[in-house]
Amino acid sequence: MARQIYQAIADGILVGGVYALMAVGLTLIFGVLDIINIAQGILVILGAYLSYELAARLHIDLFIGLLVTVPAMFVIGVVIQWAFIRPLRGRERTSMTLLVTYAIALIVEGLLYQLFGPSYKQLNAWYVTSSVHVFGFYLPYIYLFGFVLALALVAALYMLLYRTRFGRSVRATMQDETAARLIGIDTNRVAAITFGIGVAVTAAGGMVYGATSGGFNPNSGYDLISRLLAIIILGGLGSIGGAMVAAVFMLTLESLVDVWSPEWAIVVFYAALVLVLVVRPSGFFGRQPVRAQ
Amino acid sequence: MSHAATPGRRWPGQRLTRGARAAGLTALLAAAVAFPLIFPNPVATNYGVFTLIFVAVASAWNVFSGYSGYISLGHAVFFGSGAYTLGIAARDWHVSGTAVFALLPLTAVAGALIAVPFGLVALRVRRHTFIVITIAVFFIFQLMAYNFSFTGGSIGVSAPFLPWQAATYNNPFYYIALGCAVGMIAIAWLIRRSRFGLQLRAIRDDEDRARGLGVRAMRVKLIAFALSGAVTAVAGGVWFFYLTQVEPPSGFDPLFDLSVVLMAFLGGLGTVAGPVLGALIIEPGQLYLTATFTSGYLSEILLGVVFLVVVLFMPRGIIPTGGEWVTKLRTRGRPAITPPAPVQAEKAEAKR
Repeated sequence: MARQIYQAIADGILVGGVYALMAVGLTLIFGVLDIINIAQGILVILGAYLSYELAARLHIDLFIGLLVTVPAMFVIGVVIQWAFIRPLRGRERTSMTLLVTYAIALIVEGLLYQLFGPSYKQLNAWYVTSSVHVFGFYLPYIYLFGFVLALALVAALYMLLYRTRFGRSVRATMQDETAARLIGIDTNRVAAITFGIGVAVTAAGGMVYGATSGGFNPNSGYDLISRLLAIIILGGLGSIGGAMVAAVFMLTLESLVDVWSPEWAIVVFYAALVLVLVVRPSGFFGRQPVRAQ
Repeated sequence: MSHAATPGRRWPGQRLTRGARAAGLTALLAAAVAFPLIFPNPVATNYGVFTLIFVAVASAWNVFSGYSGYISLGHAVFFGSGAYTLGIAARDWHVSGTAVFALLPLTAVAGALIAVPFGLVALRVRRHTFIVITIAVFFIFQLMAYNFSFTGGSIGVSAPFLPWQAATYNNPFYYIALGCAVGMIAIAWLIRRSRFGLQLRAIRDDEDRARGLGVRAMRVKLIAFALSGAVTAVAGGVWFFYLTQVEPPSGFDPLFDLSVVLMAFLGGLGTVAGPVLGALIIEPGQLYLTATFTSGYLSEILLGVVFLVVVLFMPRGIIPTGGEWVTKLRTRGRPAITPPAPVQAEKAEAKR
């Protein structure tokens, strides 16, 4: 039993790292653009399908394929922001942007069904099928590689945000868009690039998800987005550190409950969200809204 | 916005328009009642039943979300719960035949009972977080429907068999759905005119200020949420009894949420007639598409595209946009409300 629990914790942390990557993209988009991208879940699946196609047709290794899929997803993100998010203005903007991204999710899901059908796919490579023996646990290599990739990308994002001029303009826009514009920051450009980055990480997240989840189809987007939403709310909307902590916490919790009852693990996941929100409506690290409206 | 009918200000044709409006409503109602008699074909009445169910749901959704500004993407929770309540009650209490219709009030109770704890958690937060929590609760309910044994797992629950003739099978459902829809529209109209409706809209415009002015925001929101949930649950009950089967993905369907929101947005969020009009356009369209393209994915893509077009090009909906258009026609380009004379400027000039 104890052994299973340790294994569950190890799994939870490793998978949590990958969720952290996807959630950071989502919460970054929220922080800068003040919108929640409901399409993030299905875009992760799109990233997984892109990796799948590259691997199946061109025999490109999953990790090397990221050199193609990440920029591709970045472009998709910028285009979505430019075409559908930027034109929205006015009082109902909050709900409008949510609905627009939901509509985009539906369109992408429908297209994926049309192209690939409802059958489950899985990404395959030598590191998906073979395991490594560490500290008495058997872990598939992909869990380790995926975790390292997620860590590297989160670290890169951190460096971008806190050590570059662009990152400073992103953070300025997060704090106060009007003030940022007044001091000469091109907030439209910041918004477009941030949305692009937030979507681009789904390519990496999707690749690892596709290799670790034991099969995905276009419908998997719903499961993913609901988990990601729970994670970013729990961490506090717009808080990058919060999203990482919440991702690891939630996935570890789910993995632990899974030892006893696999069916209820995911329910516990959402129940934890509701419980935390009853106590702290702004999440773990959320800023209390000065005047929410 | 387009309501220029303030008490002191009447335009020449006002009495006429009021009479015309009453006559139009009566004619519409008569047409709705006569519809199954004119088109007895089950295919036509099938469209009618589904459309009226969605008229009721869209209107119920609008009374909460449209009036208060709290966009709920979790109303499928009530719809599915209504369906399951009816199915489980009929199964466990061995109710059969037409007596099952007597259980419909129970679905309303179930809807309201679910709405209270749901609302107590979700309504503490606003905007994005509220929307996301409704989505999370929605997934909790879908997962519970899969996992509990009394909900029948992924097989779901079936309704008792009705020994009715196929040719007229749809008609009783049509009239029940019509009753729900008309009742809900009347409630929506009454609430919009009432103090309660005013409080809801005050919350939508500025919740903090509304509270400052003495609106008990939580109570008002919760009552509207429970009412909306109760009616949605009844509609879910009728839907289930009509389809005779509910499974977790059909009862708790994310597309349901999105369709209802789209109906309200297309017609005009927060208006009485908007969601009705939206449902009358969207639901038959969806049924037609699903019947034409068996794959089902194409109708999903089209729903998404329609949504994008509506939000980007007509974000305020048909009714408000159309209302402005009518006002423009009626006043022939002159402003509907003449701007007040610049008293201050005149005084200043007089002083000089």
